[in-house]
Formats: sequence, structure tokens, C-alpha cells
Amino acid sequence: MGESISFRLNGKPVQLDVDGDRTLLWVLRTDLGLTGTKYGCGESYCGACTVVVGKEAVRSCQLPVRAVRGKDVTTIEGLERDGRLHPLQEAFADAGGLQCGFCTPGMIMAAYALLLKTPKPSRDQILARMEGNLCRCAAHHRIVTAIEQASAKA
Amino acid sequence: MSDERVPIAAPPAAAPLPSGGRALRRRDFIKLLGGGIIVLFNVDLLDLAAQEVRTNGYPADFNAYLRIGNNGRVTVYSGKIEMGQGVVTSLAQMAADELDVSVESIDMVMGDTDLCPFDRGTYGSMSTRFFGPALRAAAAEARAVLVALAAEQLKRPKEALAVEAGVVFVASDPKVRVTYGQLAQGQKLVRTLDGKAVAKPLSRFKVMGKPHRRLDARAKVTGKALYAGDVRLPGMLYARLLRPPAHGATLKGVDTSAAAKAPGVVVVSQDGMVAVLHADPEAAESALRLVKADWEVPPPAFDDETVFAHLLEAGGEGEEGEKRGDLAAGEKAASSLFDGTYEDGYGAHAAMETHTALAHLANGKMTVWSSTQTPFPDQQAIAAAVGLPKEQVRVVTPFVGGGFGGKSGARHQALEAARLAKATGRPVQVCFTREEEFFLDTFRPAAVVKIRSGVDGSGKICLWDYHVWAAGSRSAEQFYDVPNSVIRTYGRWGGGTPKMHLFATGPWRAPGANVNVFARESQVDVMAAKLKADPLEFRLANTSDKRMRSVLEAAAKRFGWKKAAAPSGRGVGVACGIDAGTYVALMAEVKVDAATGKLRVTRIVCAQEMGIVINPDGATMQMEGCLMMGLGYTLSEEVRFQGGKILTRNFDTYEIPRFSAMPAVETVLVKNDELSPQGGGEPAIVPVGAVVANALFDLTGARLHRMPFTPARVREALAALRKASS
Repeated sequence: MGESISFRLNGKPVQLDVDGDRTLLWVLRTDLGLTGTKYGCGESYCGACTVVVGKEAVRSCQLPVRAVRGKDVTTIEGLERDGRLHPLQEAFADAGGLQCGFCTPGMIMAAYALLLKTPKPSRDQILARMEGNLCRCAAHHRIVTAIEQASAKA
Repeated sequence: MSDERVPIAAPPAAAPLPSGGRALRRRDFIKLLGGGIIVLFNVDLLDLAAQEVRTNGYPADFNAYLRIGNNGRVTVYSGKIEMGQGVVTSLAQMAADELDVSVESIDMVMGDTDLCPFDRGTYGSMSTRFFGPALRAAAAEARAVLVALAAEQLKRPKEALAVEAGVVFVASDPKVRVTYGQLAQGQKLVRTLDGKAVAKPLSRFKVMGKPHRRLDARAKVTGKALYAGDVRLPGMLYARLLRPPAHGATLKGVDTSAAAKAPGVVVVSQDGMVAVLHADPEAAESALRLVKADWEVPPPAFDDETVFAHLLEAGGEGEEGEKRGDLAAGEKAASSLFDGTYEDGYGAHAAMETHTALAHLANGKMTVWSSTQTPFPDQQAIAAAVGLPKEQVRVVTPFVGGGFGGKSGARHQALEAARLAKATGRPVQVCFTREEEFFLDTFRPAAVVKIRSGVDGSGKICLWDYHVWAAGSRSAEQFYDVPNSVIRTYGRWGGGTPKMHLFATGPWRAPGANVNVFARESQVDVMAAKLKADPLEFRLANTSDKRMRSVLEAAAKRFGWKKAAAPSGRGVGVACGIDAGTYVALMAEVKVDAATGKLRVTRIVCAQEMGIVINPDGATMQMEGCLMMGLGYTLSEEVRFQGGKILTRNFDTYEIPRFSAMPAVETVLVKNDELSPQGGGEPAIVPVGAVVANALFDLTGARLHRMPFTPARVREALAALRKASS
């Protein structure tokens, strides 16, 4: 059952003694107390659980925690540095790219991974990469605007 | 628990009221609050509330209040909740403006049954419309009290004083000043709203009427905003519950022995509720799979295709509503008559946050953190479910991850969590899986509308005989100048005729209004097309309602509407409606892939007139959200079922709008500062189905009568059209 799994979480080393089959989502939300990453559908359709592993946006609800051994994991809690919001966070707040806020961490993490690889994405690239993240309040237009603003600043 | 995470508002200096089972006297209540200046006010929600206001320790003559503390901060206590609609910001703006303080110095304490006085619930676009004016009046009253105190203290007449950012000063000598905090120091002043202090006129608004960044934005972009599922208590268990395979199924037998043997698993089987609990939610999930249950499922009676015939059958005689003139006279005057039938399937709320609650029983008191739009009614229901007096139950509403009506009175998860907390003696979280969320949702009802209408020789609508099954008549009210018009309803959106609805139904963003406006505005378009009249011109010729004309004209101006009869082949449409006191007109442009039947809305213009606008940015966000969400019910959202079996289980088969569906959206707020603020969270969604149907007709000549307009239905309509013309 229990195995020792080490990885870097939001820049800091973490060592866990856990069942490696457990999903990263629930290990984050329970053992590690990081509840910014959300459960939305449990089957990778909605993107509320999106985190970044290395430079890739992944669905933490489908990822066994074993799979992040030795890797760098970034969650929404890891973007703010010394009390300063990441440009994406700033832009989502400024542009009103959120309403109920429940999809927001997943949206921001998906956008974060996009900008890591493509700092100046075209509008079509933004739409394509964000397509798998669902927002029921329908803040889509403002989310796209926020990503454009953040990429312009970067 | 990480201390950095933020609930909806940190209640400053407010301890829960002691629950003694009796209402406190005013004096005791004030004492408990500590010092400061307190203004009590009552919000009469359409006279519904008055007789039902039950207090939880509170005196009975108010249901919200604001308090100015010794530190100068202002706290607003309200039973309303924040679910994305932005009231945490717009209400703070109102209070700040009336008090002349910064928005940042306002703390909102919301949706906590111990800290806030009774409120029926957050729905119906009522917070700004009804709560807002009362809050503004209370804040104006508080300001008047503060200025009077300052006049005494500074020994100057009130008229000589001015206020800015919570500081009262002598206008001609600003150095002579006193802060609100200083004035509140040592005070125990209580006022009940007497309406004497007048709220500011529009011309003096400093905060209201201007965009303001959401007060919850920072918490939400950092992941620190606390939702019900994020609350952690020592020793808590996560529960997974046994659900039937279909509604109406009976549990014949259950064997939980294998699950009970799994390490760390607690099994509760009580009055038909079977739950497995574990400190790890995934272990609870695995253990649930070990439960063997024997269900008897009744044979399916209806499915998502046959439901409409059932509704017509079950509707009975119906009830006559709004009536004008005489239908027989209308029929006689008509030179053309039109019969139309319009249908809409069951819809799901599908908020991103599934229904979630954490319940904890300690020292005889049950505390439930719940994702709900109705904390006070939930408190009552939880008390009944666990056999506690209401005063021994506290419902706390953290941020709610979307509601849309689906968390209004739908409290399954909270009742289960409370019962399980009682049974196990541990804190218990129930968080629905997405499949449970679809299964247990209170659906937007399937509905049918039948309209017989007529126009006379001069192009005026002279007959309107309107029948609606299962959705009620919201937004069906007549604003066209039709002399002979009747609205008849058969059952309502929630309940109505017994056995009419196949499933639990509930309010879904503007309940019933979407199908009513779809039907009416489609029918109006059908008539315009028959007369070869431009659909905008036909509407304007048939309504003298000034507010409706103003939004139609504003939409046309922005859209660049060019006069033509439909079908013109351009793919443009118009539709309009009234909801929650607000007027909306939409114009849209669509494209269709004839081979696949996939319909795409490329542009929508929305003109909305909602009286005074408190937060234009917030209002615009709500309009944009309505339009995008509306594309879902219009194009793809439909719950599929066979008898009691819900076939829709996740977002792979329940398609909600995605980024690729985004049309270009333009919104226009039509000014009407003569009117108090009207509803903003729902109106713009109501004409979306109709405007798309009308634009599709304009493009192709095919008229769709059933929502959603799935690719298969569009293909079918186009094929039927080709067949008819060949």
C-alpha cells in the first residue's frame, strides 16, 4: 500500500508515504491541504482539477500520485510569490475572468501551461488550449481577454 | 487547515448568538453585538417573507442589519449568499456609497444562520432589486446618525459638515474632523430603519454606477476562496452513498459486509440510507463498489422523446392567467391564423461545484457548511432530519460554486451529511460525484407551449391564445398590443399537477421563462414571415411599450440591422423579452454546416434596460454569462432518460458551452435612471433560444420547434425543407 513518493510541489520538496494509486487531486486536497485544485467531474471532462506537472497541464483527477515522483508540480497556490499575484491571476481579477470562481484555478493553471510553452499565443491558440476547461457561469470572453492581457505583459 | 484560506467574509467581532431556543430581546441582542452603531432593516420580499420570518435568536422585526464598529469598519449582515452573481461586491458598493466610505472598508457576512437574520434564499434576481434599496436606506440612516453625532462632538451644525472616506469634517475647515470609528467608540446606538434618511440621488453616486473589481476576485484567483468542500475538520470522514440505478427503484436487499471489512471503512445503513465512509474519499469510493445491492427497477414508462405527450395528458384543465378581450372576437378579426407547438426537454443545472456539505455535531449543536442558495430553509429541514431544535442547527454558506437555481431548496447532500455526522459522531462530508449531481438534480422541467395567434389585414396581432404545460407563465406576459389574449398554464415548473413532472424539478436560471420566450418570439417571427414583414419592424408595429421599443431600437442600432423579410439567407434574427423587471432585446447571426447540422452563433448583440445600474461591469458580466449559458440550452443541453434511468452522467454527454462556441458578444446598457435597479442575473438568458431559432429560419427557411437545436434536429429540419420544396 504505502510507498514513499517525493516530488517538488510549488517549488518545495514534498515527501509522502501514500498509496501510489491514489489520485494527485485527492492527495492534494486531503493529505496536503491544498484545496484550490477542485473536483468537478472526476473523469477529466471539465478541467477544474488542472495542475501543471513539469510544463504540462494535466488533469489531477486522473493522475496517480505515483506518476509525479521526482517531478515538479505547480498548483494554483504556487503562483503567488511573496504576496504578489502572477500576471495571469492579476489579469483574471482585472478582466473579470471569473464569477463563482470554482473553475478558476483550473482555468488559470491551463493558461499558465499554455504561456510556459507559448508566451505569445494567438487567439486561436488560446481557444484551442482552453477548450477542455468548462465554465458554467460562462465567463469565457473575459477569460480569453485575461489570458491575452497576461501574455502581453509577460 | 491552512489559515490563509478565506471564507466569504471573516466576521469581525461577531460571535454566534447563543442558542437558547427562544428569541432574544432586542436589548440582549444589542448587548451581544458589543458596541457600535447598528441599523436594523427589513426586506419584504414580495410579501412572501413577512409571515414566514422566523428568527434564530434574533428579534423578529428585522432581517438584515449593518453595524459600524469602533474600528470604523462597516459590517453588513445578510442571509443572502454569493454564488458568482457578484452581490458581495454590488451590495458593498451600495453601502459604501451611502455611507461615504471606501468599498474596501465594508465586510460582508452572508448566509450564516447564526450570524445573519432570516432570509428566504438567494434567487429570482431579487438581491439587488429588493435587498438593495433597503440596504441603501439603512446605510443612509447610519450616515445621518454619524453626522448628527459628529455635529454634537465638533460643536458645529450638521449642515456645515461633510463626509469623505469615513471621516466627518467641517467643510470650511477640514482639519476639524472625527472618524466614524471614533464616533462609534463606546456607542450602543441602535436604529430601526424609519425611512427618514433619504438615499443619495443618482447624481451624487461616487461608487455605485461605476465598475468595481470584484471583492472576491483575489481569493478566487489564488485558490484561497473557501467552498463547502474545502472545509477540513480533524477526524472528518468522506461519505459515499448507495444510489438507485433509476428513480423509482426499490431496494430489495443490500449486503455491506465486504465493504465493512475494508480497513478504515465505516458503514452506516439507516432508514434506507446506505453509506460507506472513510478518511480518504477515494477509499470510500472503492468500498462503495463492494456493496452488493439488489434493486427492483420499474419498467420505463416514458423517455426523453415521449415525455411531451405525457405532459399534455397530465396537464388537465389548466388555469387561466392574464386575459384581455375576447378570443372569439380575435379569431373573427384575423386574416391569417397560426398554430404553433414548441417543446423543450429536461435540463440540468450542472454547476461546476457539485452539491457538497460538511456536517459536524458537537456539544449538541449541528453545524453544516453547505453549498446552498437557501441556508435558512435548509437549517429548518436539517433540524427536522436529525431531530434537533432549529436553534441547534447552524448552516454556514461559504462561497458557492455556481447555483443557477439548482442549489435552491435542493439540500439532499446537507441532510445526508447531517444524518451521517449524527450516526458516526464524526464530521462527515458528502460531496456528490458528477453522476450523482446529474441523477439528483432538480431538473429544469420539460415543457410544451401551444399558441394559436392571428393577424388582421393591417398587420396587427389581433389574437393570442397561449397554453403552456409544465413551465408556468414567467416571461409569457403580454407586451404586444394584442386586444384579445389569454395565457393558460397547465402545471408549474416546480410541482404543479401531481405526477406531471417525471423527476424532481426546480428553478433553472429564469425558471420557465426560456421556453416561454422561445415559443412567443418564434411564433411572432412566424407571423412576420407570413406577412413578408421585417421581423424587427413587425415587433415595433405591434408594441407601444416604450421600454421594449427602446431595447429593440438600441439592439438594432448596435447590430446594424437591415430591413428584410425572413428568410433572407443572411442568418440574422431578433427576439426580445421581459424578466425580473428588466427588458432585453437580442439580435444574432448564425451559420450552419448543412452536412453535419452543426449550428454556430457567430455574433450576438444584447441591449438591456434594467433601471439604475449599480455596477455596470457586474451587470455586463451577467449579460455575457446569460448569453453564453443560453447557448447551452439552445444548442446542446438535454438530459436523456429512459423511465427513471438518467442516461446523462457527465459532461461528455451533457454538452455545456465551451470556448469554441463563443460568438462575438456586444452588450448595450440602455439608460433609464428613472427606475430603481431591476434584476440582472437572469433576463438576458431568456430570449437566446428564440433569437437563434429566428436566425436559423432567416438563414435556411427551416423552423425548429424543439430545443435544443442539436445537429441531428437541424439536419432533420433541413431535410424536411428540401423534401417539401422538391
